[in-house]
Amino acid sequence: MKIVFNGKAKEIQTSITIQEFLDQLQLDCQQLVVEHNRNIITRQRLAETPLNDGDTLEVIHFVGGG
Amino acid sequence: MDDLIIAGRSFKSRLMVGTGKFSSNEAMVAAMEGSGSEIVTVALRRVDIDNPQDSLLHHINSERYLLLPNTSGARDAEEAVRLARLARAAGCEPWIKLEVTPDPYYLLPDPIETLKAAEILVKEGFIVLPYINADPVLAKHLQEVGTATVMPLGSPIGTNKGIRNRDNIAIIIEQAIVPVVVDAGLGAPSHAAEAMEMGADAVLVNTALAVARDPGAMAAAFKKGVEAGREAYLAGLGKQQDKAEASSPLTGFLGK
Repeated sequence: MKIVFNGKAKEIQTSITIQEFLDQLQLDCQQLVVEHNRNIITRQRLAETPLNDGDTLEVIHFVGGG
Repeated sequence: MDDLIIAGRSFKSRLMVGTGKFSSNEAMVAAMEGSGSEIVTVALRRVDIDNPQDSLLHHINSERYLLLPNTSGARDAEEAVRLARLARAAGCEPWIKLEVTPDPYYLLPDPIETLKAAEILVKEGFIVLPYINADPVLAKHLQEVGTATVMPLGSPIGTNKGIRNRDNIAIIIEQAIVPVVVDAGLGAPSHAAEAMEMGADAVLVNTALAVARDPGAMAAAFKKGVEAGREAYLAGLGKQQDKAEASSPLTGFLGK
């Protein structure tokens, strides 16, 4: 299935949670904030939120800024 | 030096620093330490999985610094509110430097969208520090909706031109009921001192530190500039006048 991850189309396996998706990308969820279909997903809910075909996922982190 | 108080919280330092554009995390940390700052700004961006980066937060001691996320990149109120909510969800305290800059060339803040976003964020419980052009009427409107500070620019972001709008900043300071933080454009410690001498409550500096040959030393120089300016303001500066006024006595000259 296909999702839009950080603005780009991405092919991913079916039946996967956001947590599993982040783990596959080796992203440390302690340093991130996730928006799924424009809703913020708290860290506790990442493992219980499944990704579906056509979903939009934004994975954001802090960078230097003024 | 007297404490800076924002939204009921006291800070010893009146210098806030940004964390952008540094050549390395080590240079950024040196600038943070040299500045004596207690408030540091950060930005939110998409994770780039093709170019994994070391986490910024590993380098910022959250016991020592209040993390002030900004909404840079927001082009309207909706995007700014979205970024502020994301920052809070990331575990930050609900402090937000609100910036809405639709014009990428001069990066001037949009007053209408900034006011809209401020109103929403204040209602949601955020401590809002809005970045604005030096517009005294806008500053008043923002204070009326409950922002914790106003942050007028001295000159556009990253230009190092110093304070090019003195008269309007002076009016904002005169009328302010919240701390005034001069943000953007301060390129030298003398610019920071000038803002503080005028009665600004604090300044925010980023580019001038990041582009310095020695960011840590430059940050220490800015710290002195801020302290000198604040102390001079508190001590009471003399009035400017056109006519000379002798410092030495005008009587008892030789040869009379």
